[in-house]
Amino acid sequence: MSLFSFQYRLERKSIGLALAIIGVASIGGLVEIAPLFTIHQTVESDPDMRLYTPLELAGRNIYIREGCYACHSQMIRTLRDEVDRYGPYSLAVESKYDHPMLWGSKRTGPDLARIGEKYSDQWQVMHLNNPRDVVPVSVMPAYSWLITTELRIDDLPLHLKAQRVVGVPYTDDMIANATLDAYGQANPDSPQADGVTKRYGKATTVRAFDGRPDVLTEMDALVAYLQILGRLTDTAHKSVASAGADQ
Amino acid sequence: MISQLTRIERQRAILISLAVAVCGFLMAIAGHDDPIGIQGVLISLAGVLMIFRIGKDYYAPEPSDERFSRYYDDPAKVGIVLAMVWVVFGLAIGDWVAWQLVQPDLTFGAWSSFGRIRPVHTTSVIFGFGGNALIATSFYVMQRTSRARIPDQVAPWFVVFAYNLFCLLAVTGYMMGITQSKEYAEPEWYADILLVVAWVTYFVVYLRTLARRKEPHIYVSNWYYMAFILVVAMLHIVNNLAVPVSLGHAKSYSLFSGVQDAMTQWWYGHNAVAFFLTSGFLGMMYYFLPMRAGRPIYSYRLSIISFWGITFLYMWAGSHHLHYTALPQWVQTLGMTFSLMLLIPSWASAGNALLTLNGAWDKVRDDATLRFMMVAAVFYGLTTFEGSFMAIRTVNSLSHYTDWTIAHVHAGALGWVAMITFGSIYACVPWLWKHKSMYSARLVEVHFWLALSGTVVYVFAMWNSGLIQGLMWRTYTESGTLAYSFLDSLVAMQPYYVARAIGGLLFLIGGCVGAYNVWKTITMESAGADQVADLPQAAPAGAAVLQPAE
Repeated sequence: MSLFSFQYRLERKSIGLALAIIGVASIGGLVEIAPLFTIHQTVESDPDMRLYTPLELAGRNIYIREGCYACHSQMIRTLRDEVDRYGPYSLAVESKYDHPMLWGSKRTGPDLARIGEKYSDQWQVMHLNNPRDVVPVSVMPAYSWLITTELRIDDLPLHLKAQRVVGVPYTDDMIANATLDAYGQANPDSPQADGVTKRYGKATTVRAFDGRPDVLTEMDALVAYLQILGRLTDTAHKSVASAGADQ
Repeated sequence: MISQLTRIERQRAILISLAVAVCGFLMAIAGHDDPIGIQGVLISLAGVLMIFRIGKDYYAPEPSDERFSRYYDDPAKVGIVLAMVWVVFGLAIGDWVAWQLVQPDLTFGAWSSFGRIRPVHTTSVIFGFGGNALIATSFYVMQRTSRARIPDQVAPWFVVFAYNLFCLLAVTGYMMGITQSKEYAEPEWYADILLVVAWVTYFVVYLRTLARRKEPHIYVSNWYYMAFILVVAMLHIVNNLAVPVSLGHAKSYSLFSGVQDAMTQWWYGHNAVAFFLTSGFLGMMYYFLPMRAGRPIYSYRLSIISFWGITFLYMWAGSHHLHYTALPQWVQTLGMTFSLMLLIPSWASAGNALLTLNGAWDKVRDDATLRFMMVAAVFYGLTTFEGSFMAIRTVNSLSHYTDWTIAHVHAGALGWVAMITFGSIYACVPWLWKHKSMYSARLVEVHFWLALSGTVVYVFAMWNSGLIQGLMWRTYTESGTLAYSFLDSLVAMQPYYVARAIGGLLFLIGGCVGAYNVWKTITMESAGADQVADLPQAAPAGAAVLQPAE
């Protein structure tokens, strides 16, 4: 048979064999991945979707650092029980600005795609500090160091700049004020607080997330991030028909 | 080992180590206020230690030209030892993580919380153990099947040490909170660059050795090892494209986002399973199983079908990790279809391995080393069947996000990858160190039964918990509401989490027994086993009677 005699000749040439391997192995990825960047229906459009504030971005980085994604997904599948349990199924547009995405692959704990504002800040702080204080059977680790660790904010402009390089539309104004905005978002009575809503929209949550406006902790950042989950856009809550009509 | 290098090679090795040390030093300065600084110090230390090690024996006499009549096995030997160190470490961390799900306060501060040490476990066993075993055995196999010595004595050392530095940076990084969060691709940009350099060197070593081969045909093991090296390079480079915050920051942001990132990640993730955990280890199996059984491979044609089938079909299958998600349905359907077709080449490989044992089943009964390889082939067949089954969209709706995935992964990782590796290591350690056999055949037997029982306990525990979880999440009451809260399902997991941790403990004890046995074999006094057959073909006529240098 021709395949066998072809291989019989090919396996005598190391470079030829290497090139054949690369060629054969490239096809699948090219066919499945490349079109995702070009077919515009892949991601729903929502011009009103807002960006992560510097504080929320810092919180997201803590979420990544602590490996929360290993036990919590952020992707509600198009299955009845998941929609009943967690809310409307996730749309591609909702993670449009997620570099990288945190869809997850395992639910040792529940999905968090729509956890934002389901619990109070105080509950989130207590729960992160020691989950068993509020959920006795929980097996989640205690993150007691978050409330005592000050958040590093001096380099946030660099973070926003890198985000802009990979495609997130942060403006020069947002980049220049990233440090002040992070401080202001967790300190509602400070003069910096106004700048946050000015740059990121009136609906932006400005609160002393960890209950202590005087210090900016990693707890502030992580809770700010958890409270925005599922709330960057309301596209998923619109009916399928109206979402289609927008396009 | 240094005395085997020529003066020029020693100088080159010092220069490379110096370059590594300087890179680390610059990283330490640029990142003095970031965890990357500590990583820089580590890199610098590695370079300096290496310089001292070479410097100590710098003036040792140069090796004689007689070395060209033998294979160059020192890097492979070190790779095997490192693999055994990593497996004990990685299994121990894995079992600790498993106990944390039983007793969540089993931590010692931030560095050891579940989310940080879970990737320490996965990286240590996959890349530390698996990777070192693949590099070491590939150095061994490519020389024997080519009947040629590795042409260079520095490059293979660089591959081994740079690769292990990568693993070390990865593992220490997670504990400090450095991670990209991409599963099985967690290391950050600077470690990724180091791996690319090591990997390109690896491929060049492979090609240069093949170029010197005395056999006209490239043996099937080498096809698989080459596919492993090439495709892992491709996957690694594409999936890790990212923009660092600055040269003084460990943190980077992935070039891709959302749905495109998810597809790229699982194209990578599933093919890390394919080309790291399957192709590479099939290369191992195609050499050590027939050698140990004393039988030729059953079918050359089956090897061809399975090789090209795996290389082509696997690359399409990644999207089955994203069923019912925001990934477009056409990509999900393609992934499912190709996952089902994958069963053909997978079972062709497993069948080829088992049929090779025809006529040697008495050896399987008596020889635990060969039995390791036989059981590995059986688990390979079972796991690939389960994988294709779980890739069916409706089955996946139940299994995804649950412990069933964990069961599947461990049936593959413990039953297939670890078993074929232990079998291959038990086969090649006596060959490498010129002994007639392992230190203790009884201990190999003990290890076999610990590994098998540990795997079975682990996998059954996770199958049970996964099915229960999946069913509880989707059960409705008669009035049309969800029957169980998430916490109900969590409480139901408790007994299975205990059983899983016990299964893991059995497997860990087996790994420790194996490490002890390997160590005792290495340090055993050489019996001067006959090595007439184990020489490159170009050897001068008189070389066959030379005794090993050790």
